Amino acid sequence: MSNEAAVAHVHRDDEGSKMGMWLFLFTELLLFGGMFILYASYRFMYPDNFKVAAMRLDTLIGAVNTILLLTSSLTVVLAITALRRNQKTFSLYLLGFTVVAGGAFLVNKFFEWSAKIHHGIYPKGPEMANLSDGENVFYGLYYVMTGLHALHIIVGLAFIIFMMVFIARGKQTGDNCQKLENAGLYWHLVDIIWIFLFPLFYLIH
Amino acid sequence: MSDNTNTNTHTHEHPGYGLYILVWAGLVGLTTITVALAGFNLASLTVVVAMAIAVIKSLLVTNYFMHVRTDSAVFKIFIFVCLAIFLTMIVLTFFDLTYRFPLK
Repeated sequence: MSNEAAVAHVHRDDEGSKMGMWLFLFTELLLFGGMFILYASYRFMYPDNFKVAAMRLDTLIGAVNTILLLTSSLTVVLAITALRRNQKTFSLYLLGFTVVAGGAFLVNKFFEWSAKIHHGIYPKGPEMANLSDGENVFYGLYYVMTGLHALHIIVGLAFIIFMMVFIARGKQTGDNCQKLENAGLYWHLVDIIWIFLFPLFYLIH
Repeated sequence: MSDNTNTNTHTHEHPGYGLYILVWAGLVGLTTITVALAGFNLASLTVVVAMAIAVIKSLLVTNYFMHVRTDSAVFKIFIFVCLAIFLTMIVLTFFDLTYRFPLK
């Protein structure tokens, strides 16, 4: 009991921690936001080229990846609920699912990029010279924005794997899980960015 | 299950699994709608509709998955200010694009 009382007096500021995470997320919004504005400006300048270029992206892979990310976001929030209910093992399984779904997203992305590169569509690639200015800009933005997003997926997965270790070692518990909450916030932000990337790159017709 | 003990203390801020699964179903449904609508030719409305659905989806994610709905007001104000700044940037950029160069 004395141990529990001591834990209650440990200096911990969950609200402050959450606020810090949100402030970081705002910088992420402006990082991606700048690129979304760049995308919007170029799409405004080359509307027809963007349509032609987007036709060559695989809508099915994009849609599957969207579902994967949405589901992985669900399992993160369920894992937090499970941990709060002291269902530690269930929480770990749910986070494990998130890692698998995030990994599957990256595998799909790998095959998608490989197919494009195989067709010579990459910066300075052989096919790029045959394409219009607008199509070149589209693929440039496609690689930068989905690439940076994929990088965020990798970081998010590392973040979540660390949290799984913390949970397994009892350092994140139902009463003390702000770190896991913050990892969740990061993962959901990555999900939201994809929610906008998907229609802007894959669904222009 | 052993929920009874915990729900007593946490009900107001931590909803159960069911609500989250419902939100997820809504998100998947909206994704299906966006993909289906992309097949129709809505001309200039296509982007507007796609972005409107994306905004609804991100509102669902922030409010429910990111718990902003139950967060204190200071978080909502911060997010609102950040989005207002971002929106200002978009609007100013498009003023510039529309009026500075004779594009068309």
